[in-house]
Amino acid sequence: MKAVNFLLVGVGGQGTLLASDVVAEVGLRAGADVKKSEVHGMSQRGGAVTSHVRWGDQVRSPLCEKGTVDYFIAQETLEALRWVEYVSPQGTVVLSDQHIPPTSTVFGEDRYPEDGKVLEVLGQAASQVLRVEASRVAQELGNLRVANTVLLGALSAHLEVPEEIWIAVITERVPERHREINRRAFLAGRQGQWKL
Amino acid sequence: MTEAILSGNEAIARGAWEAGVEVAAAYPGTPSTEILENVSQYPEIYAEWSANEKVALDVAIGAAYAGRRAMAAMKHVGLNVASESLFYSSYTGVNAGLVIINADDPGLHSSQNEQDNRHYARFAKVPMLEPSDSQEAKEMVGAALDLSEQFDTPVIVRTTTRTSHAKSVVTLEERRVYEKRPYEKNPRKYVMIPGFARQRHPVVEERMLRLAEYAESCPYNRVEMGDTALGIVTCGPSYQYAREVFPQASFLKLGMVWPLPEKLLRDFAAKVERLIVVEELDPFFEEHIRALGIPVEGKSIFPLVGEFTPDVVRQAAYVAGLIQEPPVPRAFDKGDLPMRPPVLCAGCGHRDVFWSLRKLKVAVNSDIGCYALGVMPPIGATDTIGCMGASIGVATGMRRGGLEKDNVAVIGDSTFFHAGLPALASAVYNQTPITVVIVDNRTTGMTGHQGNPGSGLTLRGEGGQRIDIEAVVRAIGVDHVRTVHSNQRSELEQALREAIKHDAPSVVIAETPCIFVSAHLREPYVVVEEDCNGCTLCMRIGCPAILKSEKLDEKSGRPLAFIDATACTGCGLCFDVCARQAILEGALKTDTTSSVEAMA
Ligand SMILES: Cc1ncc(C[n+]2csc(CCOP(=O)(O)OP(=O)(O)O)c2C)c(N)n1
Repeated sequence: MKAVNFLLVGVGGQGTLLASDVVAEVGLRAGADVKKSEVHGMSQRGGAVTSHVRWGDQVRSPLCEKGTVDYFIAQETLEALRWVEYVSPQGTVVLSDQHIPPTSTVFGEDRYPEDGKVLEVLGQAASQVLRVEASRVAQELGNLRVANTVLLGALSAHLEVPEEIWIAVITERVPERHREINRRAFLAGRQGQWKL
Repeated sequence: MTEAILSGNEAIARGAWEAGVEVAAAYPGTPSTEILENVSQYPEIYAEWSANEKVALDVAIGAAYAGRRAMAAMKHVGLNVASESLFYSSYTGVNAGLVIINADDPGLHSSQNEQDNRHYARFAKVPMLEPSDSQEAKEMVGAALDLSEQFDTPVIVRTTTRTSHAKSVVTLEERRVYEKRPYEKNPRKYVMIPGFARQRHPVVEERMLRLAEYAESCPYNRVEMGDTALGIVTCGPSYQYAREVFPQASFLKLGMVWPLPEKLLRDFAAKVERLIVVEELDPFFEEHIRALGIPVEGKSIFPLVGEFTPDVVRQAAYVAGLIQEPPVPRAFDKGDLPMRPPVLCAGCGHRDVFWSLRKLKVAVNSDIGCYALGVMPPIGATDTIGCMGASIGVATGMRRGGLEKDNVAVIGDSTFFHAGLPALASAVYNQTPITVVIVDNRTTGMTGHQGNPGSGLTLRGEGGQRIDIEAVVRAIGVDHVRTVHSNQRSELEQALREAIKHDAPSVVIAETPCIFVSAHLREPYVVVEEDCNGCTLCMRIGCPAILKSEKLDEKSGRPLAFIDATACTGCGLCFDVCARQAILEGALKTDTTSSVEAMA
């Protein structure tokens, strides 16, 4: 199996860790050795969350190096900009349309970056940027929380792993009553025509 | 053969189960918390949250004395708390196996300091193993228990955040069952009065010599010969990073990090032209190797401070000329990005408490827990935070030390039972007129909502015996005690004022049920756009549910306030601070199950 590096970034509460568990498990079922690394702890209180996932024949480090991430999945726009150094020049960015302003932009002088600026930098960093309307799709489906599944769908379209594996892993990981909405979110992401 | 992707902590729990552990105790602490949470899923193991790490280790020691395999788990600073018990158990040894899981936190992802607990193994004279992935983490629990029984010693397994929280593939095996070892009374072994302990010390020294001999052939100390120009001694996750950065080099991977195998080190050093150590935090191996008279480099190349990553190792190796190819250059003009530090949740009752304390302009000696976030802007109410339980003693000292203004100690319910009780007893005994605010949110919030003696919820989520904090405080001898709901802001403020004025030890219990444990009574609040003029008062409580609207006030041009209905939990602090009554109170809820919905 060709080595593939993923980095998923978001904000506490967005389901970044769940999404990265899915990516890891899909890799294992597709026959890869996998490792994954994340930091828990403060994330629940609105902190930034990052999760590294690596597939390969034999993966050593659970962390990716800067400039080596093949698929950079950003669930939040500011976080995309924060972690952009990790993307490989040949890499693909899967960017959500979500914006979660940190409190310092509300009570203080900090400014949330403009979309144009974010896209410009992402464009310099990666070979391909896909803007996924994950929160719009998720809201149309009836639950903003499945935005992460929409992104996984968009990601899956770029990997040679059978659709059934993705759907099986996702549905096993969510409670029964959320299965159908997650399946639909995944397919909407996978079938969408996303580009810059 | 079943394989699963497990975190280091899940693998340790699995390893404990497979290796026949029957008693496990811990106090939560990042990055170790999930170990016991996972252990609790195995019905064969008695598992408990103890009130603190020392108690947890004593419980595990007692179980091992009694004859059943036992485990205690804690974060690095937890071992400071439990260190007394580590030292005596090194002398007494065990009966059935005893493993102590110690999780270090290089990089301080969620801790008050960085400390390299490999030193504890040397200090307390016990062996220590260190895994570098989940498979090893699982195996080493069993190996540690075997060693513990073979050498009659507690054994520490040290992880770091990157082994505890990284996930990798693990092969699952069945549980091995061990017969209970009979307990035999033996005061010369288990009673550490000076006369007996004096006789145990040489036993400990002799044991360490035998363990050092064992280390020479320990299967977890592994030589991987490659190019002999460079030889690398390493352990833990640093091994994984170094393998990637130096794919050609020769390696001595130490899985047993104490005692060290002298002969193996000498042989390895003799085979390579240049010897370096890649180790996170302190030069623990490096100094030992140098003391053997072997030329070695380590901290002259790699950082002493902070967490290693493959980037850190590669950059340092490049600067030192150990590798020729530079790291991929990645620099972008991003401008100044706003940070995203952790914040008190929307609706958190701790915010109410700090809001009042700030108004009262008192010095705040705070403690460790979610309420540590009271130091962050815009609230910024806190003066000191040290370690768990320090608030009350430091507040006492500041009173006795002639502080120019009033001060209060702030401590959480879990922290109060962990280390607050003795400090309060001291203040009462000596009649130091301190004020202690116990912020009782009925959970151990910071580490992910574990039960504690004040909540009565046990590790298995069952209702245990809840200990009434007010009754405890009164029984200790505090006469001035007030219990208020932190949501009742004027009563809270009044209670604080009275307590501070009181000239004997006083306690205010601010009941602040965590929003993850119980819900607020009201629906989300709403900003009335016609009445808001963007004055920013409500924005200054630092609530993550309050945002700046796209709409501007016509006169001032300032953005209006906007309440994110998906984040608001209806606590009403913004309503109370708004000077223009521009915020509409949420309606009373009919369904008051927890407002924080499970993830889709
Ligand atoms: C010696 C030690 N053990 C464990 C921890 C991890 N830890 C940090 S805060 C905390 C307890 C928080 O609970 P509580 O006092 O009830 O406050 P809350 O977070 O619920 O507000 C724990 C266990 C630590 N920092 N130090």
